[in-house]
Amino acid sequence: MPSETTISPKTAPNAFQRLKIFNQRLFGDMGSIGYFLRLAILLLFALYFGLPLLWLLLAPSKDQTAIITLPPLSFGSLETVVKSWENVNAYVHGEIWLWFKNSIIYVLASLTIGMAISIPAGYILAVSRFPGRTALLWLTLITMLLPPSAMVLPLFLEMNLAHLVNTAWAVILPACFFPFGVYLTYVYYSSSLPTDLLDAARVDGCSEWSLFQYIALPLAKPLLGLLAFISFNANWNNFFGPYVMLNNSKLFNLPVGLQTMIAGTSAIRPGFNTTPGMLKFQQADAAMAGLIMILPVVIVFLLSQRYVIGGAFTGSVKG
Amino acid sequence: MSNQIANAAPRLNRQRRRTLSSYLFALPYLLFMLAFGIGPGLYAFLISFADFKKGVPQYFAAGFKNYVVAFKDFRFAFTMENIAEFLVISVPLGIALVVLVSLLLHMRPGRFSSALRTLFFIPGAVTGPALVLLAIFMFSPVMSPFGFIQRALGFESFDMLIAPSRLPVIFTIIGFFSGAGMWIVIQYGALEGVSTEVLEAAKIDGCNAWQQALYIKFPLIRPYVIYQFILIFAGNVQLFVEPQLMGTTWINANVPQQWAPNQLAYSFAFDLGNFGSAAALSLLMLVIGLGAAYFVIRWTGFFDIKA
Repeated sequence: MPSETTISPKTAPNAFQRLKIFNQRLFGDMGSIGYFLRLAILLLFALYFGLPLLWLLLAPSKDQTAIITLPPLSFGSLETVVKSWENVNAYVHGEIWLWFKNSIIYVLASLTIGMAISIPAGYILAVSRFPGRTALLWLTLITMLLPPSAMVLPLFLEMNLAHLVNTAWAVILPACFFPFGVYLTYVYYSSSLPTDLLDAARVDGCSEWSLFQYIALPLAKPLLGLLAFISFNANWNNFFGPYVMLNNSKLFNLPVGLQTMIAGTSAIRPGFNTTPGMLKFQQADAAMAGLIMILPVVIVFLLSQRYVIGGAFTGSVKG
Repeated sequence: MSNQIANAAPRLNRQRRRTLSSYLFALPYLLFMLAFGIGPGLYAFLISFADFKKGVPQYFAAGFKNYVVAFKDFRFAFTMENIAEFLVISVPLGIALVVLVSLLLHMRPGRFSSALRTLFFIPGAVTGPALVLLAIFMFSPVMSPFGFIQRALGFESFDMLIAPSRLPVIFTIIGFFSGAGMWIVIQYGALEGVSTEVLEAAKIDGCNAWQQALYIKFPLIRPYVIYQFILIFAGNVQLFVEPQLMGTTWINANVPQQWAPNQLAYSFAFDLGNFGSAAALSLLMLVIGLGAAYFVIRWTGFFDIKA
């Protein structure tokens, strides 16, 4: 006689058994407690990351008083949004858009050059034993950990010698040095590239460059997407370098421009004496300017979802 | 005899060619590293021994004096304690939470997981001044969406909340908000690279999702976790923007003028004109970060080639 807990095709499942099947389909190998535990933890993190973003999105709609009196996550008025937009644009005749353009130029330049030199380096460190390899790995690590504050003066002096201070190149060139990219490439290739494949190709007479071009590079498409995005993000938010190298406000990128815009106004220090003629900047305007700076990164990220997140690091010869 | 030589020669050539092409792969990067990494680094090292009393650096004139001045400064011990406290809280917590979230997300890949990853990543676009701006509002119990929590804990105002003793936790909260997303994406990507065969075999053996995460996935993403540790540790040693902007530059919070060592270095350089001591302090921070990295690398064999 079949026991109560076995389900055979001959007899329809009873209520208890149906519940068990439902449980299994819903919770899988997580278990019901596990399912809700996971959900709860993830939702908590969603609130932690999401609420400030939501607040930031709504901030341009609230003026000075509304931002204190209205509930934090409420929408103020459309009028304030429009006014914030106009204030931000009015700052030095819409200089924010010049900064925006500069940011894009600097970022694209350092991204392409940086990746072109970093990926081959990371690859060769991962697959080839050549004299000086360990030294190069250590040196890369050391330079990655060097405090930017220590490098500021020497870098400035270097750029000065090359007569590049206060030009776009003073921002672009140092940013092409991308040790993080080299390391990530190194970690990726050393943990996922099948060396026997490379050896086989070498035995067949493949040159090192062809190996890289036809085997390693195609396998690294997800890595490329992730690296491009990280480079974009880091360079978009690059503050210290341009802050030191650039004097001419027309060459500023967004972070430096934003800093000067906010620091010289009363957005954060209500009693701060703004110079006559300078616009009175409010929190809403600061938030609006912040949003303008964040938005491109978000858009680029959403557009490149497939490369950055979807299936990152898969695609190598596994299983 | 001539046969042996004939057999030896081609092998040598191939090996040498391989080494040469390896160097060529790394050459552009090497040049940039010399110009923008090692060069400035060495110069900074040089400066730490220079005397700046006359405005222009007199190299080697100061000997170790700059170091002594820096270490004997009354704020030195204070900043070191602060950064130590900050590291003890932020590094283990940062890594543990990132790995936890990545594992949780990876248990059930799908739209929900994907959407959450996007959400977690977006704050990474908020850095530097924009981040501090947001933080100031988030920590104001009057205006913040988290106000009800802060008021329930007894903090009625921003000044009550930002007390010096709470700063390590506060900077951790701010830093995690901005920095965790990228690492979650990287660790999730690493998890995607775990062989599905291994996971299936485990499932057949009766492993549930939690055991898979703990005993299989987590050990297999070890290299990435190590990489994360090294960078987060060294990066957090150099904490600067948040305490600097919350100190005196933007707002009068209860943040001491020089809270972190990097701020002390900045103060030496730009308040006192003592670039030598500033460089000395910066190099100390490098040594600390490097020390931790060295220890971890040796201990885990991070640099070994897996072939």
